[in-house]
Amino acid sequence: MIQHFQNARLINPEAGTDAVGSLTVADGVIVALDEAAPAGAVVTECGGHCFAPGIVDWGVKIGEPGERHKESFRSAGLAAAAGGVTTIIARPDTTPAIDTPEVLEFVTRRAAESPVRIRHMAALTKGRAGREMTEIGFLLDAGAIAFSDVYNVSTDTKALARALTYARSLGALVIGHPQEPGLSAGAATTSGKFASLRGLPAVSPMAERIGLDRDLGLVEMTGARYHADQITTARSLPPLERAKANGLDVTAGVSIHHLTLNELDVGDYRTFFKLTPPLRSEEDRLAMVDAVATGLIDVISSYHTPADEESKRLPFEEAASGAVGLETFLPAAMRLYHAGHIDLPTLFRSMSLNPARRLGLPQGRLAVGAPADLVLFDPDAPFLLDRFKLQSKSKNTPFDGCRMEGKVLATYVAGMQVFVAGVA
Amino acid sequence: MTFRARHLLGIEQLSPQEILSVLDLADRYVDLNRRTVKQSDVLAGLTQINMFFENSTRTQASFELAGKRLGADVMNMSVASSSVKKGETLIDTAMTLNAMHPDLLVVRHGASGAVNLLASKVNCAVLNAGDGRHEHPTQALLDALTIRRAKGRIQRLTVAICGDIAHSRVARSNLILLGKMENRLRLIAPPTLMPSGVEHFGCELYDDMRKGLEGADVVMMLRLQKERMDGGFIPSEREYYHRYGLDAEKLSFAKPDAIVMHPGPMNRGVEIDGEIADDINRSVIQEQVEMGVAVRMACMDLLARNLRAERGRAAVGTYV
Repeated sequence: MIQHFQNARLINPEAGTDAVGSLTVADGVIVALDEAAPAGAVVTECGGHCFAPGIVDWGVKIGEPGERHKESFRSAGLAAAAGGVTTIIARPDTTPAIDTPEVLEFVTRRAAESPVRIRHMAALTKGRAGREMTEIGFLLDAGAIAFSDVYNVSTDTKALARALTYARSLGALVIGHPQEPGLSAGAATTSGKFASLRGLPAVSPMAERIGLDRDLGLVEMTGARYHADQITTARSLPPLERAKANGLDVTAGVSIHHLTLNELDVGDYRTFFKLTPPLRSEEDRLAMVDAVATGLIDVISSYHTPADEESKRLPFEEAASGAVGLETFLPAAMRLYHAGHIDLPTLFRSMSLNPARRLGLPQGRLAVGAPADLVLFDPDAPFLLDRFKLQSKSKNTPFDGCRMEGKVLATYVAGMQVFVAGVA
Repeated sequence: MTFRARHLLGIEQLSPQEILSVLDLADRYVDLNRRTVKQSDVLAGLTQINMFFENSTRTQASFELAGKRLGADVMNMSVASSSVKKGETLIDTAMTLNAMHPDLLVVRHGASGAVNLLASKVNCAVLNAGDGRHEHPTQALLDALTIRRAKGRIQRLTVAICGDIAHSRVARSNLILLGKMENRLRLIAPPTLMPSGVEHFGCELYDDMRKGLEGADVVMMLRLQKERMDGGFIPSEREYYHRYGLDAEKLSFAKPDAIVMHPGPMNRGVEIDGEIADDINRSVIQEQVEMGVAVRMACMDLLARNLRAERGRAAVGTYV
C-alpha cells in the first residue's frame, strides 16, 4: 500500500527545517518527500498540522516482569502511541532485573503486545548490584540495545571499570546515572531554601557533578561508549562539555520533567513531583533548556516511571519516586516551543533523531529510506489534562489538571496507524 | 478577633493578626490556669483525639490537659505501638479515626508534611503537634507568648536561636513566626547543623556563639537531636558543649536582661549549663511549659469556633 500525506508541516530534525510539504510512504518506509502523489496512493490531508519523526523514548520503565499492576507492555504501548512515541527503549530495573538472556527473551516475547516498537536495555551488572558484570555478549546477541543499572550507582569502582572495559571490547553502550550515592542517600529534594523550609531530607546538586566526574574519569580510562541518563544541574555542564571536547564517546540526556518543572512545584508536599534525581532550581532548569538548545545535552526522555496510588499516598519522604510521562511527553515539550526556548526541529532532534542515532536505530529521520514511524500533531491545540484519562495503568503524572498545549492527532509505526485522536 | 484557619498545620499559614489573636486569648487562659478551679466549657461536647506517631511526654500531656480544662472528651491514641506496626498506612489510620467523628485531631508524626497529608483526608480540625523537621506551630506560639510576657512585646527584639537548627522543627516555626513579627533573627550553629539555603530566610548566621549572642534580648537554645542524626554532625558532645553550650561566660555577651529559653527536654551539659537552666532570673524554661498549656487551649478554642461556624453554615444549607 502506498500512502501520501499532503499539506503537512514537516519537522525535519536532520535538516533542521520546518516547512509545509508532503510525504509518501510505501511498505512502511518513507519513499519520497515533497513529490506528487503516486497513482493509486491513499491520500491523507494533514490540514497543515505538524508531521515529525516519532519519538524514541529512552528510559521507559515497564512493570514486566514483577510489577504488571503498574504497567504492562500493552498499557505502555497504548500510552506511547497516544503520546506520539513510536519506539520505547525499556529499562531493566524490573523484578527480577533484565540481567540474563533468558529474562531478555521473556520481555522481548511479551513486548509483542505493544502497538509501538520496544527495544530493551539490559542490566550492566548482575541484579543491578554493581559487583559482577552481566553476560554482556550473550545479552547483545539476544537483542540488548544498551546496558544500564538505572538508579543503582556502583560504589565498587573497580568492578565498574572492568564492566566498562569489557563493554568497550564489544562496542556496547553503557548508561550511567551520575550521582554520588553517599551524598544522595535518603534525599527527597534538592538542598536549598525550599527543602529547608519544608524540612525535607535533601541532596546538593553537587552530588550529580561528583558522580559525573567519576564516570567520565572511568570512560577516559577504559574508552567505553557512555551515555549519562539524566543531567539535571548546571554544575554538571562544564565537565560534560570538556569530555565531549576531548573526544570521549559521551552523550547525555535529561528528562522532560526537569526541563519543564522546578523544585517549587512540589508545593505542599505533592508526591507526584517526587522524582529521581529530585527537581532542581529554576536556574538549573533554564540551564538545562539552554544545553538542549545548543546540543550539549543530546537526548530528552520522559523517564516514564509508573507508580501505583498507594506508593504515592504517603508522607513525601516515604513516597515512591518517579512520574509517568509517555503520554504527556509531547505536550510538555511544546511548553519549551511555546516559550520560545527551543524550535521544533531542535526538539525532535533531541526526542527522536539523537536517541535513535546513539542507539544505532534507523528511526528519527524524515528521509527517503527511513522507517515511516511518524507523529502528526497540532502544537497549538489546548486541553486540560485529566490523569484518569491516561492510557497508562498508573496515573502518577505531575501535570494533572494542567492546561497543556499540543495534541497528538495520529501516530504511525512502519506506516501503520497505531493511534488516532478521538473527535472531541 | 481574627482567626480564619480551619487547621493549625504551621506558622507559615498564619497572618501576624492571627498570631496576635492566639496570644491575646492565651493570656486569658493563663489566668484561668492559675485559679484553683481551672474549668471552662468552651469545648464541651467535642471530642479531641491525640495521635502521636512519635513518642512524646510533654507535648502530649500539655495537649491533653488543655483539652480537659476546656471540657473536651480527650482520648490518647498511642499509634506508635499499634496498627502502624501492623502495616496500616497513615491515611488508613486517619480514615479509621475520622469515622469515629472526632472534632479536634492533634497529630505528631516523624515525617515532614505527614500532618498536612492527614489534614487533607479528614473532616475535623487538625493541630500539628510536630511533623518531622517541618513545623511545630504551638511551640512557636508558646515561645512567642513567653517572650511577650517577659519582654512586654514581640516586635523589634534581637533573638538568637542556637544549636541543632538543621534537625529542628521548633527552629523553623520560630524563625517564621519571629520573622513575621519583624524581629532581628540570628542563627548560631556549627555549619554542619545549619540547614542549606537558610541565608535566604532573612536572618544572620553565626558559627561563633559569642559574636552571635552579642546584644541579644532572647537566647533560644535547641536540643541536640541525637535521634534524628545519622552520624558525624559534630565531633563529640564535649567539644559541642565547649563551643556551643550555653554557660555563664557565653551568656555574658547577650544583653544583661536577656532571657534564656529551651523547648525541652534539655540535655544538661550538652547544649546548656545546668546552673543557667535553673537560674530564675534568666531562664524562662518553666514559664514556657506553663504557656504551652494556655496556648494550646487558645488554639483549640479558636479552631473549635471556626469548626462550629462551618458546621452551622452547613446545617443551615442542608435542613432549612
